[in-house]
Amino acid sequence: MKKLMTICAFTAAMAAVPAMAESVKIGYMTTLSGGAGIIGKQMQNAVNLAMQHKGGKLGGMDAEIIYADDQRKPDIAKQLANRLLKSDRVDIVAGVIWSNLLMAIHKPVTRAGNLLISSNAGPSPIAGDQCHENFFSMSWQNDQTPEAMGKHMQDAGIKSVYLMAPNYQAGKDLLSGFKRYYKGNVVGEVYTKLGQSDFQAELSALRAAKPETTMIFQPGGMGINFVKQWKQAGMDGVSKLYQVFTVDGVSLPALKDSALGILGTQTWSPDLDNPINKKFVSDYKAQFGGYPSFYAAQAYDTILAIDYAIAKSGSKDTAKMRAALASGDIPTTRGNLKMNTNHFPIQNIYLRETVKDADGVVTTKVIGTVFNNHADSYAVNCKF
Amino acid sequence: MTLTLILEQTFNGLQAGVTLFLVAAGLTLILGIMDFVFLAHGAQVMIGAYAAAAITQATGNFFVGLGLAIPLTFASGYLLELLIIRHLYRRDHMEQVLATFGLILFFNEAIRIGFGPAAIYSDLPPSLSGFVEILPDTPYPAFRLGVIGVGLIIALGIHLFVSKTRVGAMVRAGANNPEMTAALGVNIKILFRLIFATGACLAGVAGMMLGPLTAVQSGMGEPLLILSLVVIIIGGIGSVRGAFVAAIIIGLVDTLGRVFLPSILRLFVEQAAADGAGPALASMLIYILMAVVLIFRPTGLFPAKG
Repeated sequence: MKKLMTICAFTAAMAAVPAMAESVKIGYMTTLSGGAGIIGKQMQNAVNLAMQHKGGKLGGMDAEIIYADDQRKPDIAKQLANRLLKSDRVDIVAGVIWSNLLMAIHKPVTRAGNLLISSNAGPSPIAGDQCHENFFSMSWQNDQTPEAMGKHMQDAGIKSVYLMAPNYQAGKDLLSGFKRYYKGNVVGEVYTKLGQSDFQAELSALRAAKPETTMIFQPGGMGINFVKQWKQAGMDGVSKLYQVFTVDGVSLPALKDSALGILGTQTWSPDLDNPINKKFVSDYKAQFGGYPSFYAAQAYDTILAIDYAIAKSGSKDTAKMRAALASGDIPTTRGNLKMNTNHFPIQNIYLRETVKDADGVVTTKVIGTVFNNHADSYAVNCKF
Repeated sequence: MTLTLILEQTFNGLQAGVTLFLVAAGLTLILGIMDFVFLAHGAQVMIGAYAAAAITQATGNFFVGLGLAIPLTFASGYLLELLIIRHLYRRDHMEQVLATFGLILFFNEAIRIGFGPAAIYSDLPPSLSGFVEILPDTPYPAFRLGVIGVGLIIALGIHLFVSKTRVGAMVRAGANNPEMTAALGVNIKILFRLIFATGACLAGVAGMMLGPLTAVQSGMGEPLLILSLVVIIIGGIGSVRGAFVAAIIIGLVDTLGRVFLPSILRLFVEQAAADGAGPALASMLIYILMAVVLIFRPTGLFPAKG
């Protein structure tokens, strides 16, 4: 009798275990602590929203996201990438805000045979001679956005510009991207300290130089400081301000009206008119209060890309997902994205203006398209 | 490089200097008189900025925000000393460093929990957002002139307090020889607590004045802490007069160096090299200055302890 009971129990237990469905694990790395924590928080919100929209499944497979906080430190990023690959055994590593962190984990992840999908950083070596077939960008190559700013200012017939960016690699890359398309007179090219909080001295010098326009790249808190002080110093009467990656969904809540009217270029905007973007923006605002930034949109797109890759290839095998992503046509908040030969998107870049929406909240609005289907200039150097 | 530009940049340097002085004044007393290594002084700047910005937003009046934030920062310093700091005086410096470093993390995280990780909105009061012509055709923001004025008045106030009053004499005595001061019947515990709270309050005032100019966010005071340590080393630990002179020097050297060094370098080397080396050298200037002072005056310009 006892034996029979055991057999019965055993059989019941066997039946209770469902047929083991395949599941996919994604390691999502971003900066959740420190001064840049707000960016990571927005990305995490967007990833969670995407998972919610997909019902917890990506391409029909059960999906699990493991978040990793890189603390904006390359050495931590490298350790985390190793942990995600070896102990969590993730199938895909995604995320990464900073170019220097992406450089640190690029080789370890791609060489381990896993897909690496960037939600933001797009340094030139990875787009060019150090490219790898297992890497995909769901954002842009760093130069593309300032290139569009340069082209717009060139086309608008602007005679002179004063450039200002933080003194680090991305600052120099962005300004050289700008100058690739802007051929007018560069009156000044000033590199400020990374993390600088007071720009009054630079603004005094700028006032004395009297340039027709000023183009800045001051991401994060630096941008809040700069734009506030620009307005306070009455610089609008001296020069017209243009920016890249400075006025966005992260800095606008702190800037409010002082950012009104400022022009910039970007590959995405909350008002882009397509069904995916409309659903993303309205649900994001409803759940988290306030507009998402481009970081959030790109994080959302990253999850959509993974969903698309698994659904199209019917597998989480790296080579099959890679082929699906490389063929392009990935549905995102920016419409269906095409992929270049170096696995960076070929996309439109828009001119955006800071405006108030119907509820009086400060946001950005597309007022023109600078580039249609813009490809980066490093793809020619990329041979897989 | 006109004369008006140099004048304007001097004002910018002065403004940076007096702000730095407000942070360093308290810290030099805490380090010099109390012999206590306090790394979380930057948090007091942040608390001041957040208190002023939040109250301003709630009441809609910048001056009400300022008026309420000042006693609040004093109270926060007083409580911090009472609850935590006084238990650390007898510990060695390394433990003080660790404990107060922990306080930095605690305060930054507490602010993130309370106000969220994003920078909060704060702007100039409309009455101070105008300009003052410091020379014909040279407008200067009224608020920044106000900052210079407030800083100089506070500096004068501290000077008179320390050199002319009885409590000031105790403070000076405490800086020179704390044991003897205590032996002479001065209640050194209360004195320490008040010095600490006043220092916190001064740093808070710096934060309140920085709030409308910069991003009010978690960890905003840390860059100022490093600069104020440089000020204290140059000025002499424990000397308020030294802190004032050194803060003004640092403010001027940093501001003028940042703006004029690249163009000065351009006279000697080619443009590309000057543009590369200029900003790097400018950001090192104050540390080079500190090293030079340490070589010739190892105890600083105005050492408090004879």
